[in-house]
Amino acid sequence: MKEYYDIFERDDGELIVRLKGRLDVKNAAAILQTLSSEVKTRSPSSLVVDIDQVTAFDDYGALILFELKHQLPLDNGSFRIENVSSKPEEILAQINFDEQEKYAIPQKKRAVNILVRLGDATIRHLDNIRFMVSFIGSVVLSFLHVLFHPKSLRVDDTIDAMEKTGVDALPIVALISFLLGLIIAFMSSIQLQQFGANIYVASLVALAMTSELGPIMTAIIVAGRSGSAFAAEIGTMKIYEEIDALFTMGFNPTIFLTIPKILASIIVVPLLTLFSNLFGIAGGLVVGVFMLGLTPGTYISQTIETITLFEVLWGLTKSAIFAVLIAWVGCLRGFQTRGGAAGVGNAATSAVVTSIFLIVLFDSIFAVIRSYWR
Amino acid sequence: MKNQQKPIITVQNLVAQYGENVILDGVNLEVFKGEILVVLGGSGCGKSTLLRHMVGLDVPRSGNIIVDGIDITNCNDADFKTTLRKIGILFQSSALFGSMTLAENMAVPIAEYSDLPKSVITDLIRMKLCRVDLSEFENYLPFEISGGMKKRAGLARALALNPEILFLDEPTAGLDPVSAAEIDNLILQINQSSKTTIVIVTHELFSIFKVAHRVIMLDKSTKGIIAQGDPQYLKDHSENKKVKGFFNRESSSGQLSETL
Ligand SMILES: Nc1ncnc2c1ncn2[C@@H]1O[C@H](COP(=O)(O)OP(=O)(O)O)[C@@H](O)[C@H]1O
Ligand SMILES: [Mg+2]
Repeated sequence: MKEYYDIFERDDGELIVRLKGRLDVKNAAAILQTLSSEVKTRSPSSLVVDIDQVTAFDDYGALILFELKHQLPLDNGSFRIENVSSKPEEILAQINFDEQEKYAIPQKKRAVNILVRLGDATIRHLDNIRFMVSFIGSVVLSFLHVLFHPKSLRVDDTIDAMEKTGVDALPIVALISFLLGLIIAFMSSIQLQQFGANIYVASLVALAMTSELGPIMTAIIVAGRSGSAFAAEIGTMKIYEEIDALFTMGFNPTIFLTIPKILASIIVVPLLTLFSNLFGIAGGLVVGVFMLGLTPGTYISQTIETITLFEVLWGLTKSAIFAVLIAWVGCLRGFQTRGGAAGVGNAATSAVVTSIFLIVLFDSIFAVIRSYWR
Repeated sequence: MKNQQKPIITVQNLVAQYGENVILDGVNLEVFKGEILVVLGGSGCGKSTLLRHMVGLDVPRSGNIIVDGIDITNCNDADFKTTLRKIGILFQSSALFGSMTLAENMAVPIAEYSDLPKSVITDLIRMKLCRVDLSEFENYLPFEISGGMKKRAGLARALALNPEILFLDEPTAGLDPVSAAEIDNLILQINQSSKTTIVIVTHELFSIFKVAHRVIMLDKSTKGIIAQGDPQYLKDHSENKKVKGFFNRESSSGQLSETL
């Protein structure tokens, strides 16, 4: 790198660095590496940089000068650049060379007092809850509005959401439920076979699917597929100011975006649950027929004997409630989105996590209600 | 004009197409080393498309694009990477990374391609942001700053490695006149101090006359270049109705319906 600079030291301790050649993006790193340590070891009282013989100078060149300046001992030591022609001068002026300061390298966020952090988190969560509650209010009001002004319902959007949430989810719901029925039947048969109670496999599968697993599995699948999609869609609209555009056009964003999704979910999720029940039972049937030696007829009649209409309706009611939760949380997280692409990702994640939590929470509440009801 | 110099970008018979929709049909163009070329044309006539093809983001239906001796429509990955290193791009939408602060946005290319130590990179970024007047905003996230500031941050990022060729898609759109003039100055200065070749899409007449060495004008109906040359000459002497209309800010009724 010697070809890029000469160093002279004068008697009074002044160091003169004469830079030569191209001081630009290609050479900056290499020049700096040797030169700045050389200047530092000599720790001169004052430093003069002569750029008379520099043939190319850009802001990487300015960077070299800046780093040299800051090799000087702090507070004392003078720094001077000599023979600055007009172009480098312009660049140096643009980057405010004389006033640029060297910050202590990355200012790390100071560790904050644990109490402060606790308080911060509490305030954030309270804010979040307040937003949730006000969003419930807004959704209820919008529903009432739609009830009294049916024309304001966006029918096409609702049908579209029904297709995406319901029809498109059917294959995966069917497959998972079928396998679930298969698994329950298989696991329970191992126990029941010991007592020669094979036939009760049918009852077990039917009850488990209709009252618990059908609604829950369907809700979890829908939360993963559609809850996240709602959040991402609304979140993207939020960060690109599309929601603001809707608002300024006089639309109520809740009626425009949320109501169709909630309505569609209330309609299709119970239907999906019904399919889930059927396919679960079919899965059990396969195990019953091929492994336990039951005839399809006995299996089905045992199933019909076990399930009551109440059981099925109970499951469907639960799944309608789950549907509201999923769509509500999805839209809520969408409207809460802030920032850029990462914000949308967070919204989608949070929508799924929150709705699965709420699904399980509400399912427990249902279980308690039922145990008192009997 | 510096015609004696050799072209750094050569576009030969470029046909650009999205789906069935032909946007550019048989464009031939040379960009000379060290010049500032301004691409003009009504909105939707394919200016951004031309830019995207010149940097290899979109693959042309047919034709060749030769950047500094390498045909990017038909070359191996290593050559393509080398070419990309010579290029800086400011996208029309700025395309800053939304989850990173402005300083982090700038650090992405610098940390990847230069050997500077970390603390020096921080200084460099501060200087570069200062050049586009954003020195106080280094720790802001893109969604916290205005559209014009995003443009400037995008420009600073495009300039991070002082590329040989700079593509700017509407760098001054949405800027106030003072900032726009500062950007124009910066463009001129970059061009002079580092001999950077610059291709700009812009509609600002004032900028065009200030920075352009040469302009080309695209048109939607012919799907190609309808005029090229010195802006002042075109303004004064062009016979083409659309070219005259553009420079004199007039809309002949036929032109409006075609370009919009
Ligand atoms: N990704 C794309 N897919 C399909 N069509 C596109 C795409 N990008 C641009 N177009 C079309 O190409 C034409 C030119 O677009 P563009 O190059 O962005 O125009 P401008 O000159 O305003 O920059 C427009 O008609 C636009 O509809
Ligand atoms: Mg464009």
